Amino acid sequence: MGHHVKLPTVEELQLPADHPWRNVPKIGMTLGLVCFAVAWFAGGDHHQFLFAYLAAFLFTLGLALGSLFFTLFQHAASAGWSVVVRRTAENLMAPLPVFILLFLPIFFGRHELYHHWMDLEHAKHDPILVGKAPFLNEGFWMIRAAVYLSVWTVLSWWFRSNSVAQDTEGGEAITRKLQVTSYPGVIAFGLTITFAGIDWAMSLDPHWYSTMWGVYYFANSIVSAFALLGLTLLLLRERGVLEGVVTKEHYHDIGKFVFAFTVFWAYIGFSQYFLIWYANIPEETMFYSHRGGSWSNLGAALMVGHFAIPFLFLMGRSIKRYAPTLKAACIWVIVFCFLDIYYVVMPTHYKYGFSFGLTELLCLVGMVSIYAAVATRFMASAALVPHGDPRLKESLAFTNF
Amino acid sequence: MADDKLYGVLAEFTDPAALFTACEQVRDQGFKNWDAHTPYPVHGLDGAMGMKPSSVPWIALVSGLSGAAGGFLLQTWVSVSAWPLVISGKPLFAWQAFVPVTFECGVLAAALGALIGMLFLNRLPMHYNPLFSSARFEAASDDRFFISIEASDPSFDAEQTGSFLEGLGASHVELVKE
Repeated sequence: MGHHVKLPTVEELQLPADHPWRNVPKIGMTLGLVCFAVAWFAGGDHHQFLFAYLAAFLFTLGLALGSLFFTLFQHAASAGWSVVVRRTAENLMAPLPVFILLFLPIFFGRHELYHHWMDLEHAKHDPILVGKAPFLNEGFWMIRAAVYLSVWTVLSWWFRSNSVAQDTEGGEAITRKLQVTSYPGVIAFGLTITFAGIDWAMSLDPHWYSTMWGVYYFANSIVSAFALLGLTLLLLRERGVLEGVVTKEHYHDIGKFVFAFTVFWAYIGFSQYFLIWYANIPEETMFYSHRGGSWSNLGAALMVGHFAIPFLFLMGRSIKRYAPTLKAACIWVIVFCFLDIYYVVMPTHYKYGFSFGLTELLCLVGMVSIYAAVATRFMASAALVPHGDPRLKESLAFTNF
Repeated sequence: MADDKLYGVLAEFTDPAALFTACEQVRDQGFKNWDAHTPYPVHGLDGAMGMKPSSVPWIALVSGLSGAAGGFLLQTWVSVSAWPLVISGKPLFAWQAFVPVTFECGVLAAALGALIGMLFLNRLPMHYNPLFSSARFEAASDDRFFISIEASDPSFDAEQTGSFLEGLGASHVELVKE
């Protein structure tokens, strides 16, 4: 009944040899390194560079981690519809091992970024920091960072390499293996992203704490990754790649995810704010008092731009099924996901009000370029669809009600 | 009751694929007052029948927004003018505290609006339909697929419409009285 599925040939599922994205690995890597070098040598002081770098790092890491989560829960749920878009998510998570290298500036700049609690001389006169020292100390922080980065490296490698192996092997064995391993994978993912958010963003303000912090970083990462997944597929489609394979039925579902997790982000962000507002305890409200002045304008902009506008815009069915409107929504959402991270990180540096300078821009462009370079390299290295997956036909024939 | 008015014609199909293509034909013939009856949802049948998108989402949107606005205004009125109480040092108009109830009122009204709107548009509850007089129609909830075309349709003609449906592969065609 309309389910006449034409199986695409393996050649149709590759990134075409003349596709401009084949040049992105070289251009992106060069551009990224140049941006970082200019920001470091020609930009402002190194303190500013480190904070700008941290903001760009956490945003881009969120894109990769969100894509990892997408891959994990598609396996966990044994989802059939998403097979034709899953490889793109796998390619977007595949750069995770590179974040070990990208983490080095944060590692070497740790005493500038987290000096409040990392300097023992400073911390031992502060009873709150003494109390938190069993967790917030330099050695343990380094061990945890090593654990997070290793877990993400292993997970992204395991789920992508097995999926690529299935392209030639086929069969159900790999599908079952990935489904079974996705359950501990989801748990490991949840714990690492939560504590990474605490270690690298919340500890910038070590007196402050929020028990919702991990899920707040998670929520923002997931929205940005879904929007990036949609945007990547829509950009591929503009040159006819995966035409008739990834259809508007799949875009519709990705749009639903962006919509749903926009609501989820607002729910988490408001819940965090609401409890702090109600209790009105100085050690909790300080997060918002440190974001006063012109920073509060950005906070208000997040409420409107990260929630209200995409919520109302993406509500309609036809908006999510029409490529130009979905593309606009994806770009908008990604921009506001960055602004959310910026609102979290940068007030620690710009204490007296909002500022966005050349250093911040260079760090963002540099980080995203390197990420894009690695991701497109993975796109070029294997088929864009896991065509050995036994659920491929189901995914091709997928329709929404 | 010999003077019973003709209600329409009922055609029975044995498999969903035959029903699906028959629906496309009936749609292309320009019939308006007709329906398909299946024991389970058939994917894409709304497209084959040429059905327009439902207006239930718009009803849900309007009722949801009204519910949210009503919830917000009720709290504002109660806290600010009807019974002003200072709670934990917050201002009387503390919009932050109103958000959860506003949200819940919006969800409740949207859900009720969607339910009532769906019932209204489907003309439910409907306790009797002339099709129930057909003994074969009971199989519509078992293993048979039906198309009914009502006599009120402008292009309806008792003989021609019946033979048209037979030509589409119906295994059995009968006239149904009011």
